[in-house]
Amino acid sequence: MSAPANIDAPTRDGVGDSPQRPDGIGKVTGEFAYASDLWHDDMLWGATLRSPHPYARIRSIDISAALAHPGVYAVLTHEDVPGAKYYGLDHVDQPVLAIDTVRYQGEPVALVAAEHPEIARRALAKIEVSYDVLEPLTDPRKAAFDATAPALHEHGNIVRHQPVRFGKISEGQRAAEVVVRGEYQVGMQDQAFLGPEAGLAVPTEDGGIELYVATQWMHVDLRQIAPCLALPEDKVRMTLSGVGGAFGAREDLSMQVHAAMLALHTGKPIKIVYNREESFFGHVHRHPALMRYEHGAWRDGTLVYAKAEIILDGGAYTSSTMNVVANAASLGVGPYSVPHIEIDTYGVYTNNPPCGAMRGFGAVQACYGYESQMDRLAAELDMHPLEVRRINAISQGSVLANGQVVDTPAPLAEMLDRLAATPQPEPADQTDIRNLPGGAANTTHGEGVRRGIGYGVGLKNICFSEGADDYSTARVRLAAVGGEPTALVHTAAAEVGQGLVTLQGQIVRTELGIERVVIAPADTQIGDAGSTSASRQSYMTGGAVKVACEAVREMIFERAADQFGVPADELSLAGGKIVAQCAGVLAALADFLGTEPIEAVREFHHRPTQRMDPVTGQGDSHTQLALCVHRAVVDVDVELGLLKVVELAAVQDVGKVLHRNSLEGQIHGGTAQGLGLAVLEEIQVVDGLIRNPSFTDYLIPTILDMPPMRLDILENPDPHAPYGLRGAGEPPTLSSTPAIAAAIRDATGLPLTRVPIGPEDIIHSVK
Amino acid sequence: MRSRRKFEGRQPVSEQREQIGASRRTFLVGGLSAGAGLAGATMLGGSGTAVASQSTELAAAAAPPPDTRKITLTVNGQARTTDVDTRASLLDVLRERIGLTGTKKGCNQGACGACTILVDGDRTLACLTLAARYEQREITTIEGLAEGNRLHPVQQAFIERDGFQCGFCTSGQIVSAVGLLNERPDVPDAEIPELMSGNLCRCAAYPNITAAIRDARGEG
Ligand code: FES
Ligand code: FES
Repeated sequence: MSAPANIDAPTRDGVGDSPQRPDGIGKVTGEFAYASDLWHDDMLWGATLRSPHPYARIRSIDISAALAHPGVYAVLTHEDVPGAKYYGLDHVDQPVLAIDTVRYQGEPVALVAAEHPEIARRALAKIEVSYDVLEPLTDPRKAAFDATAPALHEHGNIVRHQPVRFGKISEGQRAAEVVVRGEYQVGMQDQAFLGPEAGLAVPTEDGGIELYVATQWMHVDLRQIAPCLALPEDKVRMTLSGVGGAFGAREDLSMQVHAAMLALHTGKPIKIVYNREESFFGHVHRHPALMRYEHGAWRDGTLVYAKAEIILDGGAYTSSTMNVVANAASLGVGPYSVPHIEIDTYGVYTNNPPCGAMRGFGAVQACYGYESQMDRLAAELDMHPLEVRRINAISQGSVLANGQVVDTPAPLAEMLDRLAATPQPEPADQTDIRNLPGGAANTTHGEGVRRGIGYGVGLKNICFSEGADDYSTARVRLAAVGGEPTALVHTAAAEVGQGLVTLQGQIVRTELGIERVVIAPADTQIGDAGSTSASRQSYMTGGAVKVACEAVREMIFERAADQFGVPADELSLAGGKIVAQCAGVLAALADFLGTEPIEAVREFHHRPTQRMDPVTGQGDSHTQLALCVHRAVVDVDVELGLLKVVELAAVQDVGKVLHRNSLEGQIHGGTAQGLGLAVLEEIQVVDGLIRNPSFTDYLIPTILDMPPMRLDILENPDPHAPYGLRGAGEPPTLSSTPAIAAAIRDATGLPLTRVPIGPEDIIHSVK
Repeated sequence: MRSRRKFEGRQPVSEQREQIGASRRTFLVGGLSAGAGLAGATMLGGSGTAVASQSTELAAAAAPPPDTRKITLTVNGQARTTDVDTRASLLDVLRERIGLTGTKKGCNQGACGACTILVDGDRTLACLTLAARYEQREITTIEGLAEGNRLHPVQQAFIERDGFQCGFCTSGQIVSAVGLLNERPDVPDAEIPELMSGNLCRCAAYPNITAAIRDARGEG
């Protein structure tokens, strides 16, 4: 039975309004506790010894001196892992602590618990590890294709090869009148959340463990942690602590098992906090990519084929490389109709830092490749870059590379038109040097400065793809509290800053016509909510809260229908009252509830998807698709290579605006991370060693780097999604990078095929 | 736009501490080059790796080893007397000894601004400040801005403009903005970014942060 129609009377601070965040006051007063702020009486500090080598055999580990150090309570190695010695998101291949081999620099080897963090670090220095250092395998192409390369794992160095075969490539190649080819590279980006990895593990009397951590997905943590500790899942109780940003980097485990092991071993609470430098080694990064693209088209710009090879460097362990590969493959030609497609995407193991989830997840790398190609094609045909995109733009009914028919609105042509019609920023006022590249560094007064304009288009899948049973769980309990109907919402979904707790309140207000909503702390005492990733929580946990509210409403209506003799389908909830269509207000909800709360727990699943065929890549692998387009205007000092992004304009279709402030924040944030990838951010890895693990050497955009943005937000609802919404956090991360790169190419006339683009790339290329 | 430095075989900053000068930094260098235990406590085993550590952080903040001193700090108008390691940063003392965790540690290296506090009204990075040198000074942290339940106008503006997402940078942003408006009550719009550029926000709530500061300007 479907729930009776929703009330018409809008509720204040419901869906579509922009209420303040319930966690806002705590965040502006400093009271909100992040994982690194946790404290427990009698707690010890944990610290991690990491491998200095990207590849080595461990001959021996001598912990005796460390153990003898005053103030040290425990020194643990792989021998002390109580249960499974390996964990992993998809493949269980990552050692909790290195056993006989280390495969990347920074791999955890041993743990210390001590009464003071400084003592713990001194003890780390006393652990003697004897290594046989091996030549690291750092070239992903070699790892994939060179038979002489050492195999880093039993099943070889290819994590996943996903081909896509659509149409008949030979026909496309025969028909093409122009062909453009390019090789492109994407460097290794770091999520660089501001709040480093941290957490607290507290042993419990029943031999279990309580874990307070900053994570994106507690249940998947739990499924990995419990076996390593040899504990049943119900003896590992997780509670989300304050999360200082995530962006994918908290999808894998970091300190969770380590802290729990130390706590079980010592019987004391253990706190672990990574410092910034350790954080660069403590989580996975965005996969660097090597890409070869070939596009064929008719002279009028119509694409006839696309061919691509995409190699993603997954580093030492699998993490989420399997799914990153699937995204890069299935979205490998982007939102364009191409009749003949041949893509080969490889995820490979190397001795570079492990790579996994980061905002945009495989789609970012491919987007940089295919968008660079669209610009090449436009140049080859002497067409406007927007025109060549427009001609080939998908729309509802189009078929994607994986054979999936786009069955919801996809108004790309309209979005491009709107972008074209967006006014251009004025030329820089050169009398104020802050408006110029180099700014107050006074490097130019306008000489050598040229303006460039570039465009980028991105297509991102929303929610988990490829047959994953993706769901979220919510409990909604409606009770009268102090004479007011009050809803308590409980989920395991991670608020990482995106505003999910705000949205949960909005949904309850809209669905139950009440004002007061309390969001319970997220923990594992309720069913899985899935990850805060893939732009999926508004859809999935929003969906779960909505269906739980609908169930509560149904129960109210059934009871009220009995009590008041009015048909249930004539009832609605508004202003905290039960209202009948003809009879008006029947009762105040608080009175109606009395001392009997009404509660419902519901799961929300999205429509099923399919795995990509391993040979052809065909299959309806995505639930939802979202589009974003960017125009970048960049001033480049072509003599010094310095640049200033003058403005970024974005058009994004979000289906339905749920909370405009948060939505705009997501577009700003996603765009800025794309800007970082375009011109600033790269983990520089030399021979498997990270050379810049600090915020002085790994640069993320500051407020000065962030240009003014023009946002144009469209609302074409997706009928399959709650309220018609589309996930919004990732799409802008895709399209801003190629737009900025294109603008720099436009200003300089250089090919610039690798991001991030630095000054040296510009000046060394200018003759 | 700042420019990236390439590290092809060049030393990363963590090995280049000697090049950092001044105040607490000078002190740090002394500690490091003396080969004291602090520097020896590297995160990675082995020697000469790229990952020598920022291990001076938390130095003796929680349970003081020998070199301690009793100091009295004035924090948010309250006198706080505590034993501290003379090498401890003000950030660690605030967070670990005094229990004021609103001030955040994003880098412990002066690069992110998350630890911004006010010292006699001036914006100061608590991670680059030795606690023992700050007796007799008025220290204000994020916890000291609101009056009871009444938020400081800058805090209120951050809420209204949604000037944050995860909020980890927010204490630093707000304290920095309060300091900025102390320095320049009528700061023109065009100068706000330059004067706030020491505070990173990875969520990039920058447009809303700017809007919040504009709103709060003139209300203080
Ligand atoms: S923690 Fe002090 S500037 Fe980053
Ligand atoms: S709000 Fe997350 S770092 Fe600024």
